[in-house]
Amino acid sequence: MEFDLEFALETVGPLLMAFLQVTLVVTVAGSVVAALLGLIWAVCQRELPTPVRLPLSWVLDVIRMTPLPLQLLFAVAIFISFDGYRKFPDTDVETIGMILGVAVFAIHYSTYMAESYRAGIDSIRQGQWEAATALSLPRSRVWRAVIIPQALRATLPSLGNWAIAMFKDTPFLLVILVPEMVAKAKQLGGASYQYTEVFTVAGLIFLAASYPTAVLMRKLEKKLVY
Amino acid sequence: MSTDTTSPGGSTGDQPRIVMEDVSKKFGKNTVLDGLNFTVARGERVTLIGPSGSGKTTILRLLMTLEDLTGGYIYIDGDPLTYAKRGNRRVKLPNKEVTQIRKRIGMVFQQFNLFPNMTVCENIIEAPVHVLGQSKDEARAKAADLLDQVGLRDKIDAHPTSLSGGQQQRVAIARALAMEPEILLLDEVTSALDPELVGDVLEVLREVARKTDITMLLVTHEMQFAQDVSHRVLMFDEGRVIEEAKPEVMFNNPTHERTKQFLQAVL
Amino acid sequence: MSDFFQAISDYSPYLWEGARVTLALSGGGAVVALVVAVVLGLCAISPVAVLRVGSRVIVEFFRGTSLVVQLFFLFYVFPLFGIDLPGMWCGIVGLGLNYGAYGSEVVRGSLNAVAKVQWESTTALSMSWPLAVRRVIWPQAWGLMLPGLNNLMVMLVKGTAVALLIGLHDLTYWVEVMRKDPEVGLWIAYGAGFLFYYLIALACSSGLRLLERRAQRRLGLAPSKTRTTRATAEAVA
Ligand SMILES: Nc1ncnc2c1ncn2[C@@H]1O[C@H](COP(=O)(O)OP(=O)(O)OP(=O)(O)O)[C@@H](O)[C@H]1O
Ligand SMILES: [Mg+2]
Repeated sequence: MEFDLEFALETVGPLLMAFLQVTLVVTVAGSVVAALLGLIWAVCQRELPTPVRLPLSWVLDVIRMTPLPLQLLFAVAIFISFDGYRKFPDTDVETIGMILGVAVFAIHYSTYMAESYRAGIDSIRQGQWEAATALSLPRSRVWRAVIIPQALRATLPSLGNWAIAMFKDTPFLLVILVPEMVAKAKQLGGASYQYTEVFTVAGLIFLAASYPTAVLMRKLEKKLVY
Repeated sequence: MSTDTTSPGGSTGDQPRIVMEDVSKKFGKNTVLDGLNFTVARGERVTLIGPSGSGKTTILRLLMTLEDLTGGYIYIDGDPLTYAKRGNRRVKLPNKEVTQIRKRIGMVFQQFNLFPNMTVCENIIEAPVHVLGQSKDEARAKAADLLDQVGLRDKIDAHPTSLSGGQQQRVAIARALAMEPEILLLDEVTSALDPELVGDVLEVLREVARKTDITMLLVTHEMQFAQDVSHRVLMFDEGRVIEEAKPEVMFNNPTHERTKQFLQAVL
Repeated sequence: MSDFFQAISDYSPYLWEGARVTLALSGGGAVVALVVAVVLGLCAISPVAVLRVGSRVIVEFFRGTSLVVQLFFLFYVFPLFGIDLPGMWCGIVGLGLNYGAYGSEVVRGSLNAVAKVQWESTTALSMSWPLAVRRVIWPQAWGLMLPGLNNLMVMLVKGTAVALLIGLHDLTYWVEVMRKDPEVGLWIAYGAGFLFYYLIALACSSGLRLLERRAQRRLGLAPSKTRTTRATAEAVA
């Protein structure tokens, strides 16, 4: 078995294309939505009365502890059962798959991010809450002006790390037939059984994108979290 | 609302500013305050002294609504603060009402508790803008005046973390005063400071005492300061007032044996 | 509700088969991952520079390239070189290497978190490095690493669903089959699927929590509700 360098180089273009058009889009959109949702869950878990909070926490636990592929298939199945594809006849299947993918990744990782936010919120000293009470600040203002800005500082590196983890999970989109990079690699390699080349290239693209980001997060962690 | 006064908001001159009625506080099974009664008049400055664990901080925190009152009532200008008497029942007041009354009270903490994500100015104008609804310009102008008073005009755009403990505490005093409270609670505001920084902070507070008629309730170990600013001193032990007197009497001729022991230990 | 149990009992042979695959992947993967994590973690703190650098490279490689890519290497590329592992073994090895690399970060972090004076006292007692690690450092680090390993274990259980991509018939596969049966339908099939995975993950996590409690008791620590989210996020990034 020879490593066909020429073929490998040929596949870089299409794979990078799939990377930019699908993998990156899903990761960025998914992370942003997950970061917002996660914050909402974390605040809800502090603010809601126990009878609402406990079921919410349980649902988040279930989402966190069950597999992404199952959740992706579930999302598509719901979509089909509501006649989704027929309702959006002008939208192609791949776009719908990507949108569902973003939604599932965002919800799944929001449960992890919520845990990180909670840790960040817990690390804020009680005195900050008390000072806010002594100034009669309304609750919403306390969150927005005092607690969230401080918690964010401690949480940001973790959010970045979850985004990287999400990035590496994007090949799961394969199960709902979204043409992300690894699917593309499999397709390109399958034609001539040149799997070595395509998966090497795909792996290197992953490494090239995730390793520097992870190093950056570690630096950020040292800087922001004292 | 007050139950028997004709003028809400308490403009009657003889209405006491603070009334503690049968106040009790338990932490779990630990009874910290038990049937405590005392009143503070308008413009009066009262110092609480007593051994560690006697419940001084607890009283201030109850007034600031940072702790839940286990029993009894607290009235501010005749208005119930957190619990009200309705016939024979003791009912908890809704948050909205509590907030209305709480606005009349300000507190300065031992650990300053400035918001580290805001500048000095933002710390001071945060509540005036978002609670009292002042305009930013108005609040900023007042913040500058207050910083003048505490001698930190040049630090208006500094970050709290870049200030010394003494400077932070003076900002915290300015922040509390910016709300124009009728009552100011001070809990050992100098005890987290290095000795050489204590003087500046106490000087600022002396100035406030001299220039305003703000009602003050203070806990301090600085006996000279207590003697200089307060009208009355209450000696606490085991959750009760065991002696009360004018400062010169309390510090020079205490009558109660426990007070004598305590003062001997701290003076 | 009775529909739910009816469907589960109708499909019980298949679900059982699926659960067996999922459990085998989880168990096998966890064993491989633990060995990899401990070896790489120890290498990372060893006094030998080659081992430290080597383990760093391996760990970053497995963390940086996606689990699915690694699995496809095992499944599609290795046979081209004459190494034809059955699907199940691909899954176990793939999961083990990937989560082992993550785990090694947790192990390294915990070993480093043991107080410096403990190391110094082993030097003062002229203990060799292996002896010091085995008798003094490891027992203390063990209690610290369990919460992080616990989080990773739950992720590994979820990760077994990659089995679907290499043609194994695990729980996810059978849930999807059930879903397509009009007698069962979407909600019951997926309700069962989520419930099973949740219960498996919960069982693993509770078991490890017991170990953690025991380890902490041995070290004379109160059972803490340690927050390990940050360390876990860093390990899997
Ligand atoms: N949050 C709490 N939970 C349980 N017990 C508490 C709490 N806060 C205070 N206590 C208890 O209440 C008692 C009174 O405490 P407090 O802080 O009011 O005393 P203090 O007079 O201010 O003492 P010091 O001079 O040391 O500040 C103490 O026995 C303390 O242990
Ligand atoms: Mg105190």
